[in-house]
Amino acid sequence: MLADARALCPSIAVAPADPAGDLDFLEHFALWARRWGPWSAMDAPDGALVDVSGVAHLFGGEAQLLADVARKVSARGLLSRSAIAPTAGAAWALAHHGADGSILAPDVDAEARLANLPAAALRLDGDVLAILRRLGLKRLGDLTTRFGSRDGRDALHRRFRNRRSPAANPLVRLDQLLGKVPEPLLPVVPQEMPLVQRRLAEPIRHRALLDRVLADLALDMARALEGKGEGARRLELGMWKLDGEVLVRTLELAAATREAGHITRLFSEKLDDVDAGFGIELVRLRASWSQPLGLSQGDFEAAAEEHGTSLAACIDRLSVRLGAQAVRRPVPHASHLPERAQRWQPPLEPVPPAQGELAFHQRPLKMLEQAERISVLYATPDGYPKTFRWRGQRHDVVRVEGPERIAPEWWRERSTVRLRDYYRIEDGEGRRYWIYRHGIAGDGRGGAPDWYLQGLCA
Amino acid sequence: MPSSATSPKLTNAAELLARGAVPSAQWRPGLGEAACHAEVFAPAREASGAGLALALARDGWRDLNGGELADVSDERGILWVQDAKAAKLGGLPYRAGLPEDWRRRLIHVLAPRPVDALFALEEGVRCRELAFVIGELAGNPRELDFTASRRLTLAAERHGVPLYLVRLDARRDLSAARMRWEVASASSPAPRWNAAAPGVPAWQAELFRSRRHRPGRWALHDERGGLAALAPLARADEANATPDPRDLAAGAGDRSLAARPGM
Repeated sequence: MLADARALCPSIAVAPADPAGDLDFLEHFALWARRWGPWSAMDAPDGALVDVSGVAHLFGGEAQLLADVARKVSARGLLSRSAIAPTAGAAWALAHHGADGSILAPDVDAEARLANLPAAALRLDGDVLAILRRLGLKRLGDLTTRFGSRDGRDALHRRFRNRRSPAANPLVRLDQLLGKVPEPLLPVVPQEMPLVQRRLAEPIRHRALLDRVLADLALDMARALEGKGEGARRLELGMWKLDGEVLVRTLELAAATREAGHITRLFSEKLDDVDAGFGIELVRLRASWSQPLGLSQGDFEAAAEEHGTSLAACIDRLSVRLGAQAVRRPVPHASHLPERAQRWQPPLEPVPPAQGELAFHQRPLKMLEQAERISVLYATPDGYPKTFRWRGQRHDVVRVEGPERIAPEWWRERSTVRLRDYYRIEDGEGRRYWIYRHGIAGDGRGGAPDWYLQGLCA
Repeated sequence: MPSSATSPKLTNAAELLARGAVPSAQWRPGLGEAACHAEVFAPAREASGAGLALALARDGWRDLNGGELADVSDERGILWVQDAKAAKLGGLPYRAGLPEDWRRRLIHVLAPRPVDALFALEEGVRCRELAFVIGELAGNPRELDFTASRRLTLAAERHGVPLYLVRLDARRDLSAARMRWEVASASSPAPRWNAAAPGVPAWQAELFRSRRHRPGRWALHDERGGLAALAPLARADEANATPDPRDLAAGAGDRSLAARPGM
């Protein structure tokens, strides 16, 4: 395709598509467009909607406002088409399919004024437009004049009765365009990330100096966060080296915090492998994720605060050193299978709601990560074993409780998965285990059933 | 949390006396003292070590907080640290097997190396929002020497967070732990309704070194969530060898450390 295009036009300029970058640019553009109104919304992929109600007089009238838009936008090297109308839909229609810079005053009959615009001005999906084209409804006027009356509207309504989304239902779009139904828009709200940095007059090459700078930055960050009433959950430390390389260290915190000492301590664990090279000339600390954290009353007794660390600080230290996967909390999960009935999640996350557990059966205190196969001697294939061998030692079963039958989860597993009969047993020396037989003899899902040891009871 | 303020002080002798726990008296369940650093030696083939550690922790925790009669329920977390080898040998804690009121409070740390486990234990005992810390280490790692265990003891006593360290398949090496237990599973008492079934967990426990208590052996078992002991088992060898076991045991405990050069 590209080769064909180049054959036809050798001077064609080619750039790779970057949808995410475009969206990002549009977001910034929508924020910038707030210079013409109190709030703005993105209109992906290539537009922005600005609320200019009661604003135009600041620019000397609506025409001057649009002229200002054209001037400011073209000064930034962008092409623009703009329009002002009482509703967002009408403004979109005029900007995309009307004359550039057209203004629809509130007292003008919008139906008549917009009647000549094509049906595509309704912001509809491609397939709906194709349907309308096949029906012969090519202009907005076709929809309003022919179907403005009650009967006509009903006919169109029947045709699109299953289409709920506005982009698939021309009637909803038409009503939005004429201002008969509200059209909520999502304004873009800028999120300021607290950012502190130090430009260093002399590039630093030693760890002690870097620690000093880090401590200063943490103090600044704590102040910045306190001003916003927030605490950081994720912090990014960027270090710009003289040769242009950037080193980035990221820190995730278990709970929102703005304690400078804590932040310094956690980062200093991550700075051991920093290679300063010719020196670091700029250090920047950014809180890319922060949460509200109110000021709290300190304890009256100073000793009570200094005594020990808080749980969040303890977990931060552990997860920085051992990795976030190492510090976990078991939470229940809706499953009968013992190994699936427990899941692990980060320790300070809220515990998901769960049904109460049935307390009919006792569960072992500890569960092996993988059930281990045991070789057994039994009196009957359906009963419990008399003796089994696990990890090279023989255990004689003296007392037993069971079986507790746990069927496979047929709704998520294949039909050949075998059921399990669990037994809680105690051997001659008083050791208590939780073992199971995988399947029953003659269930048609494999040969003689295997035995496994899964849990160790206290 | 009232307990966090009171627990560190309980270690001094005056309060122990005031509570009726005379130092170097016979240990018994429900003595109500914060054994700040206890070691439990257990075979790795059974969960008796973790079971007894939990039972001891529950015993101490109950007594300090007034049990079910406490005004404020203690909702502090529980830290359970395992090194990779211990987790492989004995498995991970299972939520549904824990006592009901502790299930939502458990935080588990899986440390890849013993040195990381020691770090996690020390961070745990320094945290004021933990009720107690349970550690599980397999074997005798080089990092867990006397200095390391002394560090743990001091940190635990300073911050009042009890530490129960389960040693799986370990030699009785040098340690600063205040109480050292050797435990093995024992056959459980028969349940009331099904005599053929295994009953509540029961252990054969030996307290072989303690700073405050006479060494001895007990047959312990779980009783309605608490710890109960049959009468201490007679120790024929000790009774014959020592006319006054109390003094000798305390003396031996101290001497065994002092006799080592460089300690």
